[in-house]
Amino acid sequence: MQNSETFQNGRPIPVNSSFELFAWFFMRLSGILLLLLAIGHLVIMHLINSIDTIDYQFVVNRWKTPFWRSYDGLMLFLALLHGLNGLRTILDDYLRPGAWRIFWLSIMYTTGFILLFVGFLTLFTFQPK
Amino acid sequence: MIYKGKEGQWSWIFHRITGIGVLLFLAIHIIDTMLIGWGPEIYNKVIAIYRNPIFKIGEVGLFAAVLYHALNGIRIILIDFIPETTKYHRQIFYVEMLLFFLAMIPVSFLMLSH
Repeated sequence: MQNSETFQNGRPIPVNSSFELFAWFFMRLSGILLLLLAIGHLVIMHLINSIDTIDYQFVVNRWKTPFWRSYDGLMLFLALLHGLNGLRTILDDYLRPGAWRIFWLSIMYTTGFILLFVGFLTLFTFQPK
Repeated sequence: MIYKGKEGQWSWIFHRITGIGVLLFLAIHIIDTMLIGWGPEIYNKVIAIYRNPIFKIGEVGLFAAVLYHALNGIRIILIDFIPETTKYHRQIFYVEMLLFFLAMIPVSFLMLSH
C-alpha cells in the first residue's frame, strides 16, 4: 500500500536508517577499488595474456598463490555487491511499491547471493586434478 | 526516465547500460569459472567458446564497458566530493570521452590482433 506519510514519489522515505548513506559511500569506495582490481584483471587476462592462452592449466597455476585467490575473492565480492546495489537503484526507479517490486527484488537478491556463494565456493575449494 | 540535460543525460544512460552489461557478464563469468571444479575437459571445452570471433568483439565491448563505467565513475566521485566541479561537468565529460577513445584504440588493436 502506498502511504503518503512513508512514501514520496513512489519511494520509501528513509526513517532512522543510514543504510542509503552507507550504500552511497560503498559505491564510491568499491568503485575506486574496482577501478584498480577490475581494470588490472582485464589488462592481465586480456592484454598481457589472452583468451587463446587461458585454459585449465593457466587457472591452476594462477590459483596456486594465495595472493591471486585473495585478489579474485575481493574483486568478486566488491563487483557483485557494487553491481547488485546498482541494479537495486535501477529497479527502484522503475518499479512502484507493490507485489511486482517485491517479486523482482527477491529474484535479484536470490540470484545475487547464489552467485556470490557459488563464486566463493569455486575460488576457495578448488583443488587441481 | 528522461532528463533535459544533454551530456548529463547521456553519461547517466551510458553508466546504467554499461553497469547492467558488466553485471550480466559477471554472472556468466561466475558460472563459467564454476566449471573449473568439474575438471580440465569440461572447463577447456567451455572456455573455447570464448575464442569464437563473435566473442572477440564482445571482449572489446566488455573492456569498453568497464573502462567507460570506471572513467565516468571518477567523474561522479569528483562532482560528489568537490561540488564546485559541477560547473564544469560537461568539460569533464569531454575529457573523459577523450581518455576513453585514446585508451580504446591500442586496447582494441591488441585484443583483435591476439
